[in-house]
Amino acid sequence: MAKSAVKLRAKAKKGMIDIKCLMSHPMETGLRKDKKTGEKIPAHFIQTVVAEKNGTPFMSADFNSTISKNPYLRIQVAGEKGDEIKVTWTDNKGESSSGAKAAK
Amino acid sequence: MKRRLFMKGTLAGSAITTALGAGLLAPRAVLAAWPESAMTSKEIGDTGMASATVKIKAPEIAENGAVVPVTVDATGVDGIVESISIVAAANGVPLAATYNMKEGAIPFVSTRLKMGKTGDVYGVVKTASGTVNAKTQVKVTIGGCGG
Repeated sequence: MAKSAVKLRAKAKKGMIDIKCLMSHPMETGLRKDKKTGEKIPAHFIQTVVAEKNGTPFMSADFNSTISKNPYLRIQVAGEKGDEIKVTWTDNKGESSSGAKAAK
Repeated sequence: MKRRLFMKGTLAGSAITTALGAGLLAPRAVLAAWPESAMTSKEIGDTGMASATVKIKAPEIAENGAVVPVTVDATGVDGIVESISIVAAANGVPLAATYNMKEGAIPFVSTRLKMGKTGDVYGVVKTASGTVNAKTQVKVTIGGCGG
């Protein structure tokens, strides 16, 4: 889980950067039950995602548990080739992970 | 001998639970910015006026309700977009995500949602001058019998 949980692709085109990323996360809603024990599986989902360009955040997203597991996110920002893009998420248990890449 | 092992086991177990408890409590305070009331509300909330300037793309029929791709494009909306929210009306908690845009961000988002049943999906766009939305219906056909 700890190792690079954000897969990121950033492509520069006509003054904007198209960012696609995949976060690896179970996104448990807290409503699902374990089939064997009948106990509820505790909620575990990403709450905030922050995207930065060259160290300045340009987008922050609040996610709910209704986002699919291993969330996919596509966003766009004004920018040029070579700009450093970083995406960081934090979940309801306080765990966080990030991925960074220079725009191609 | 067995009893000793048992004691050891329970002690170690309780240490882990305490650690987990502490871990669970701490981030709640840190993440005060996460809008908990909106994220647990069963109401759809303010979606504003319907507008053709907002474009929403989602499949008409979703074969798997666990993965419904949704794209909201608000590049045609007048004024600066402050945030884009994705709302699945039929879900127990309709609000799925809110994207807060800052300088430089282009108002375009794409993600994947979980949907329990057939319903409308709203793309709600907030600007300084008001709120506009676009909606589309997604049919969820789990079980393969059609919607």
